[in-house]
Amino acid sequence: MEHDTVIRLRGIRNQFGAQVVHENLDLDVYRGEVLGVVGGSGTGKSVLLRCIAGLRPPQAGSIEIFGHDALNCTEAERRAIDQRMGVMFQDGALFSSLTVRENVEVPMRTVPGLTAAMRRELADLKISMAGLPYIAGDKFPSELSGGMRKRAGLARALALDPEIVFLDEPTAGLDPIGASAFDELINGLSQSMGLTVFLVTHDLDTLHATCGRIAVLAEKRVMYTGTMSDMLDVDHPWVHEYFHGPRARAALDTKERIA
Amino acid sequence: MTEVQPIGDKAQIDSADPDFGLEQHGDTWVLSGELTVRSLGAALPRLMALDGTTLALDLRGLTRFDTAGAWALLHLRDQRQSAGYDVTVHAQTADQKALIARVEQAIPDAPETRTERRSINDVLAAIGQGVVGVGRFLAEILAMLGVFLARLAYLARNPSQFRLTALIYHADQVGWRAVPIVSLMAFLIGVVLAFQGAVQLRQFGAEIFVVDLIAISILRELGILLTAIIVAGRTASSFTAAIGSMKMREEIDAMNTLAIDPATVLFVPRILALLITLPILGMVANVMGLFGGALMSWIELGISPAMFLTRLIEDTSLNHVIVGFVKAPVFAIIIGVVGCHAGMQVGGNAESLGQQTSSAVVRAIFAVILADALFSVFFAMMGI
Repeated sequence: MEHDTVIRLRGIRNQFGAQVVHENLDLDVYRGEVLGVVGGSGTGKSVLLRCIAGLRPPQAGSIEIFGHDALNCTEAERRAIDQRMGVMFQDGALFSSLTVRENVEVPMRTVPGLTAAMRRELADLKISMAGLPYIAGDKFPSELSGGMRKRAGLARALALDPEIVFLDEPTAGLDPIGASAFDELINGLSQSMGLTVFLVTHDLDTLHATCGRIAVLAEKRVMYTGTMSDMLDVDHPWVHEYFHGPRARAALDTKERIA
Repeated sequence: MTEVQPIGDKAQIDSADPDFGLEQHGDTWVLSGELTVRSLGAALPRLMALDGTTLALDLRGLTRFDTAGAWALLHLRDQRQSAGYDVTVHAQTADQKALIARVEQAIPDAPETRTERRSINDVLAAIGQGVVGVGRFLAEILAMLGVFLARLAYLARNPSQFRLTALIYHADQVGWRAVPIVSLMAFLIGVVLAFQGAVQLRQFGAEIFVVDLIAISILRELGILLTAIIVAGRTASSFTAAIGSMKMREEIDAMNTLAIDPATVLFVPRILALLITLPILGMVANVMGLFGGALMSWIELGISPAMFLTRLIEDTSLNHVIVGFVKAPVFAIIIGVVGCHAGMQVGGNAESLGQQTSSAVVRAIFAVILADALFSVFFAMMGI
């Protein structure tokens, strides 16, 4: 099976003061896959996400997105790359003074030729695709529950039909039913829209349900990548504990029961 | 049947997007190129302008196709079908079919939006709500004052729970750090009064009365009033912003669950700090105002500082100073209570924080001036 690499990280180093978070980190993300990024707290999963999304340049290394060098490019090139990516932040990061619909319309305003009526209809479509009821579009983020804010954040991330979406802990803080609905949503979107998903998560059920490939961050780099069954065979103590702990077994049982 | 709403401007039909192509092959229109959110602005009007009672669309030439494109096709189909026409879409790949199916399933049924016209009743209702709102606001302010006094009394009986560090911190913030601006303001007011007074009084040869003019106006009114206005601008806004952002991030709720009383921890140190420092700031303003006035009288009228001082002590009743200082604690409480109250009104979003901050300043300044006017009437009736 040949892989079309959409994101290629080589030799990334991130550090805050004297504290090195990533050292010599390599990672490839292939087109159309759902890549789950796991790691203990403080291993820099979110830092890595921010780094690829262009919010925080790394101290060393190279980032290639869609075959373009994302670090040494003009601002216009970077914006072109950004338009092909969507980011869903942990708590949605919605603009609090805009309604959900206006939030989803914000990225659409950068597209020339779209009329207000088109933007509105497309925003309503994205809100519905993210699994929110129609009336949620008129509400302000502060009037929504945490789970709904996450969905609204996803709707905004999907506003321009990006090729890659970054999801930062999409199911954290959701009830199990809401979390599995979100997993299904991610699966459905990645299949029908051909999305590449970069998913930072701690949720083993989500990993089982959605991720075709898993990357484990440990010892300041991506230690292992592979499918779920590859991960179960890894000897590294942390990885073993992560994928064989009581919670992991419970998640595996659930999956087998469903299958 | 819902009314067909045109989407897209006619003007855009001519400026066809080069990426999107539409060609007729027999009965079928073949779409080619890109039908995505980026080409939608140009593509949709062209699609909507297609003629014919039956339309067949073939997607075989599309290189890129996304949810916006699928929506455009479904939108066209729905509009034609509701007008009794027929549209068929021939998707070529499984991906296209899946995407169209997914979008079709997700298109929301928009409830009909009603545009309501404002009637006279709405206007009256809005006025009524405004009046009730003012009444409620005054009640809330009184409640806030009550809470402050109750907690103050409680702390007087339980001094161990009093947060001295917080009080000193806030006294530093609202008092000490306001000294430069208050001093400068008062000095300049003194200079202006002396200068203007000199011009007027010289006509009557009554230059010496400029001392009375400066002393009475500064000690009785301007020193404390202008200080209160500056403090209202500086401090009411900072109280609102600090308490409001804590409210926004649920820190106040956290305090409540931890059995920490927000009024004791947040309101008492702030209002008390104002209560202590505003009279001191007023005194600083009085001294600086008199200094500015004396300096200008010396330069402009040749009234020596010694003469100014003698005249000041002999002719100015102590009543003026007392009248000035009686107002200071009242102004302090007004500013503190209005600022803290506005902070507690902040809702969940950043916009309400800004709104409340600016309205706190406006209300505090207005209330200070109103209170000053009431004091003037009161003292005039009492003959002080």
